Amino acid sequence: MSVFDGLKFRRVYSPIHNLDPRMKFVYVCAVFVAAILFGEIIPLIALFLMPIPFVFLAGVQKEWLRSLRGAAFLAVFIFLVNIASNFFTSGYVLTAVAVETSAAMTLRFVVLVESFSVFFLTTSPDHLGLALEQTRVPYEFAFAFTTAVRFVPVLAEEAQTIMDAQKARGLELEKGGFLKRIRNYVPVLIPLIVSAIRRSLELAEAMESRAWGATKKRTNLYALKLHRGDFALLAITIGLLAVAIYVRLYVPVPTISQFL
Amino acid sequence: MIEVEELYFTYPNGVEALKGVSLVIKNGEFVAIMGQNGAGKTTLVKHFNGLLKPSKGTVRVDGVETTKTSVATLSRNAGFVFQNPDHQLFSETVEEEIAFALKNFGFEADVIEKRITWALNLLGLAQYRKTSPFLLSGGERKRVALASVLAWNPTMLILDEPTIGQDHQQKEKLRQFIVQMQTQGKTVVIVTHDVEFVAECNPRVVLMREGTIVADGEGREILTTPEVLAQSSIVLPQIAQVFMKLTPLGLPKNVIDVYDAKEIVLKALEKRRK
Repeated sequence: MSVFDGLKFRRVYSPIHNLDPRMKFVYVCAVFVAAILFGEIIPLIALFLMPIPFVFLAGVQKEWLRSLRGAAFLAVFIFLVNIASNFFTSGYVLTAVAVETSAAMTLRFVVLVESFSVFFLTTSPDHLGLALEQTRVPYEFAFAFTTAVRFVPVLAEEAQTIMDAQKARGLELEKGGFLKRIRNYVPVLIPLIVSAIRRSLELAEAMESRAWGATKKRTNLYALKLHRGDFALLAITIGLLAVAIYVRLYVPVPTISQFL
Repeated sequence: MIEVEELYFTYPNGVEALKGVSLVIKNGEFVAIMGQNGAGKTTLVKHFNGLLKPSKGTVRVDGVETTKTSVATLSRNAGFVFQNPDHQLFSETVEEEIAFALKNFGFEADVIEKRITWALNLLGLAQYRKTSPFLLSGGERKRVALASVLAWNPTMLILDEPTIGQDHQQKEKLRQFIVQMQTQGKTVVIVTHDVEFVAECNPRVVLMREGTIVADGEGREILTTPEVLAQSSIVLPQIAQVFMKLTPLGLPKNVIDVYDAKEIVLKALEKRRK
């Protein structure tokens, strides 16, 4: 579950939290594209380091590290699969180049995880919903999306209570073989699903009694506006993309193993 | 017997729910744990069957530390009924719902059968034996949850907010039922906000506030002391409020029971007539 902890938003105020979610999203996409452009380790290290100032500015180091720890297992897995496939296809020899490429592939994954983590850690569901609305996503979809995001912690808490209630009735989740263990979760899953459905019906009624969908065009109390910081981020984004594309096209990227 | 010593508990998210709670509950006692939301009532009782383990301090149930045993073992003696029945009901019929815990504890099939019938009759649910628990009303679901715990006949019963969603008649039945448990020598612990219900039962009251115990004693004393109750945002029971206003007439002020109240008022009227 620690991966999800790294995505959970906490309301704090920082220059990063106040940035326009649309700009942040464009920036994350740019990092994404740049990470895909390069298979070499040196530019990927640079990309890995890029979000770190943002993390400190936003003051979310702890949560951010937790999301990286959560991704560690998958990262190790990616590394091993790359090494193994290289090892078997290149005639059972392990070269420095192979290790470097595998490390680069792993780092590419880590870069994606870390930048998305920064995005979700510093963007409130409300902001996200507003951003979706202002980019002309129909309100129904934007609302469904933000509600889903908002209810994840509620459901997690409920699951814990249900597990406690069943444990108090003698259920031992960790007991038995593999199949038995899966079956052990039935008394937890059924109440969870039933209560989620019940909750959603109640929510729908409550929304409708507060005139949800009464008018075609809805007004908002807050509107997203671009500020100076947002333009600065946009400049960084464009710069990042331009440099990445230029380097990719015209500069031969060195590898570490060349220097060895 | 439950012995809680200097219990501290902090949730993983950093919330300090209990800050040094010490408490002894003897066998056969009837205790109401009261206090405002977030005072740590439910957190405290979740230690009694090992669902939560102390961050600091100890909790011993019948002499055994809860950290040294499992929830399943502790639950065999300490039946815990959760506040919301929807957090535990999952079976296709009421009967199976009640059988669930009995199977977990390894009862024989014929014993299970007898236990189900006994628990259903006790709580007036016999006609719903083959009904899906999801089709029952809120109050009935609450009773099914209670029946599913009573069925294994634990020596201690922990009820988290048992009166929520129950009409007055059901509350009265619940009260009689608790009295019945008491005569059988069972320990009953209730966590509640319902000051009128507590006044009717007159148990030992443990008053909590922000993770600590602020008062512990006879219900009649604590529920008639406004200064103590105010700390936990609890209002006096209605009868106590009336008697509080009547003290100038020479009536006692620590009255919370309807029958006591009637006796006292009748006596006072009698005196006046003479």
